[in-house]
Parts: sequence; structure tokens; C-alpha cells
Amino acid sequence: MSDPIYELQSVTKAYNGRSVVQVERLKIRRGEIMAIVGPSGAGKSTLLRLLNFLEPATAGRIRFLGAEFGPGRAAPLPLRRRVTTVFQRPELLNRSVWANVTYGLRLRGQRNSTKLVDATLTQVGMAHMSRCHARTLSGGEAQRVALARAMVLRPDVLLLDEPTANLDPYNVGLIETNVQTLNREHGVTLVLVTHNIFQAQRLAERVALMLDGQIIEVADTDTFFQSPSDPRTAAFVRGEMVY
Amino acid sequence: MPRRQAGRSGFHDINRGDWRGILNEILRGLAEVMRLIAGGDPELRTIVQLSLSVSGSALLISTAIGIPLGTIVGLSRFTGRRLVVALLYTGMGFPPVVVGLFVYLMLSNSGPLGRLAWSFIPTLFTPAAMVVAQIIISFPLVAGFTMAAVMGVSPHLRQQVQSLGATPLQSKLAVLAEARVGVIVSIVAGFGSIISEVGAVMIVGGNIEQRTRVLTTAIILETRKGNFDLALALGVVLLSFSFITNMAVLWLQGGAFRK
Repeated sequence: MSDPIYELQSVTKAYNGRSVVQVERLKIRRGEIMAIVGPSGAGKSTLLRLLNFLEPATAGRIRFLGAEFGPGRAAPLPLRRRVTTVFQRPELLNRSVWANVTYGLRLRGQRNSTKLVDATLTQVGMAHMSRCHARTLSGGEAQRVALARAMVLRPDVLLLDEPTANLDPYNVGLIETNVQTLNREHGVTLVLVTHNIFQAQRLAERVALMLDGQIIEVADTDTFFQSPSDPRTAAFVRGEMVY
Repeated sequence: MPRRQAGRSGFHDINRGDWRGILNEILRGLAEVMRLIAGGDPELRTIVQLSLSVSGSALLISTAIGIPLGTIVGLSRFTGRRLVVALLYTGMGFPPVVVGLFVYLMLSNSGPLGRLAWSFIPTLFTPAAMVVAQIIISFPLVAGFTMAAVMGVSPHLRQQVQSLGATPLQSKLAVLAEARVGVIVSIVAGFGSIISEVGAVMIVGGNIEQRTRVLTTAIILETRKGNFDLALALGVVLLSFSFITNMAVLWLQGGAFRK
């Protein structure tokens, strides 16, 4: 087993006293693809925001790349910049596709990345639209641009929050292929939040079930789907309503 | 501007409501403005220059304060935010004449600021005092409209920009850039409110010839003297500023409107 890139211990996130995430223990291995499945409102997206250090945990500690962060200690910018997220609904800047993809690079002071940006746009099938304005893109195209702007940053960890929800099969296939390539060729750790258990089965090496803010079970993909240890996981895999 | 006799023009025609008289006044006004502009009238030039420098300086300072303040109030959550918003909204409706009175009382020799007699505190009946009054009028408009514009940008955008590695300042700037059409409107609203106001500059400036006379106060003076054609000529100049400003704004916004 490779060393963990993330280690979460007793992590809690609460809003107005209501606990949304309570993860007792979770390890994410460097270079793996981990899927987090669960019903709506289970706290999956909140967990991703914690992993991206967009919000501080209310309690507990998150160990990332050897450094430890908790409620009193926010992740410094250089470390935060080694993680990025592709969200379910991409919000693009009111500029060209090219400007959107180079935005993160410009934040990092990298201005001579034309080749990398070109290659990434070609990878996601958007090179021919690089001069187009973001507002003119379809949902699938916008999501591909959102993926490209994350990919060019070559992060250590790419968090994917329902990246293919409501997309057509062509775009789903394209995005899945690209994230798999990113993982295989560049060793990027992927954490995928999805409702789609078939997608989790296709992409992930390990799958976690999240219910009511808690991680119920984490297992290798085959074990998770074929012989889960928790009855709630078995019910979820069978497509039954679980809470 | 040439000295003219009070009431020489069609004052009586206007009082009688004779539409031909009014039309004549307007036509004479247009002819007058052409003549004054073509002749490079020095007094008109002084009035226009002072109007632009006073309102321009006030707008510059209002923009420098109002845009950052509007952005912070629109995007941050802090104790007392509601009070700040309420104060901004109140400020957006300040009657200029009341602002003028307030600044007058503050800067007069017996006022709390005037009695200090510090060199950087402007004295009454100077362009600097007029700038202070116009800042108070325009800055809430710039801040208030900027606040509304940044609040109109999707909150998800800010989070997504942060996930790409933006610092809190960079993410605020990204939101501000997204709200640029609204921010430009806020600047135009600020400019419109001060270039056309008369109450405050009249009170704190005093409409002193060659020193504090601006377009709006000159229009009032010429109207009172019955020089309607000259007053109209000045009005046309004022309207031209407004038109040119709005055209410039439309040109700036052009890209955003097309997309």
C-alpha cells in the first residue's frame, strides 16, 4: 500500500451547530482513484471542500502531504495550490476559453505555458474553440473547459464533484478518459464524488460510502460492490433507499 | 462670456407660455453655444474646466474609496455589515443641498473642522471644498452600486476561483472583474450625480466668478438674469458631457454587451 496523501482523523464540519460531516478516520492513498458515493445531502461535497481547504474543519485534523491542519491552522497557499476541484456546475469567467484555462497558471505567475495549454485543450477536445467566449459554450463544453483549467495546473490531487452529472454519454466518456489519463500518466490522486455507482465501478480503485456525514465503509471496488461488509452498503449497491 | 443685459431675451415669451418664443430661445441657445465654443470664449472655458476638474477629482476619489468598500461589503460577512449597507443606501439618496449645508457647517470658520485651520482641510468657497461635498454625494452611489454588482455574481464562482489557487484578494478581484458592467455603471451614476448637482456646489462654492463658478451654478445665474439663450447654451454643454460620458461607457461595456 502506497503512503497516504490525506489522513483525516475525527474531522467534523458543522454549520450553525448542525454537523454535516463527521469522519472518524479516512486515508486516501497517493496516486489512487477513490470514489465517494452516497445519497444527496450525505456531506460528500462538504468533504471535498474540506479536502480542498476551501473551508476549515470545525474539529479534528487533516494531514496532507505530511503537514497537519485543523480548526486553528489553515493550509498555506503553496500547499492549497496542490489540490484543485472540478465542480458539478462549472462557473467560468466571462472571458474566452483560453483565458479561463490560463487563469490558474496566471495566479501562479506562469505566463509562458502556451504549449501546455494547447495540449490540454486538445486533450479535452476544445482546441478549436480556444478563442470562443465562455458564455457561448454548452454544458458539456463548459465542463471540459473546467476540467482543462484544472488539468493544466498539474495538481497532486484532483477532486471531482459530480463532474459528469447531466452530461451526454460523449462528454461523460471524454471526461472519464481524461481523468484516467491524468491519473495514469501523471500520478494525480483523484477523489471522485458521484451518485453514479457504475461510474464509480468504472473508474475507482477504492470506493467509500458516505451516509449522514459519516464514512460507512471503504473498500476496494470489487469488494465494495460484490461483498460489502456493511448492510447499508449492500442496500445502496442494490439501489435501495438508505439514510 | 459677453456681458449682457438682464432679461434681454425672450423672458416674456416664456412667461406667456408662447411655444414659438420657447422654440426661439432653444434655437438661440444652440446658436449661442456654437458661437461660444467656436469663439473659444475664455469664461466658458474656465467654467467648463472647473466643472470637469472639480467633478473629475471628486469622482476619482469616490471611485478609489467606493469600489473597494462596495466589494468588501458585498463579499464579506462581518459584524455591523447590515448597518454599513443601510448607511450606504441612505447615502445614495442624500439630497445635495443637505450635503452642501453639512460641509458648509463643518468647514466654516466656527465649524469643527474649519476652526482647526489645518492646511489640508479645505476652506469654504474654494474648489477643494466643492470637491469634498461632491465626494460625499457620489461615493455612496459608487460603493452601493458596486456592492449590488458583486453580490449579483454567482457565489460559486468565487469558490471555484479559490479552488484554482486564488488568494482571498485574487478571488475578490475575479468577482469584481465579472461584475465590471455594474461597476462601470456605478462610476457613471456617481459622475451623473455630481456633474449635474447644484445645491452643494452653490452653498460651499458660492458661485464666485472665475473661482468657483461651474456649469450648473452658471446656468442658475444666467436664468435668474433672464439670459435664457446663454443658460441654454451652458445646458447644452452640460448635456454634451453626459452624452460623451455615456457613449464612452457604452464603448467600454461594448464587449460585455455583445457576449
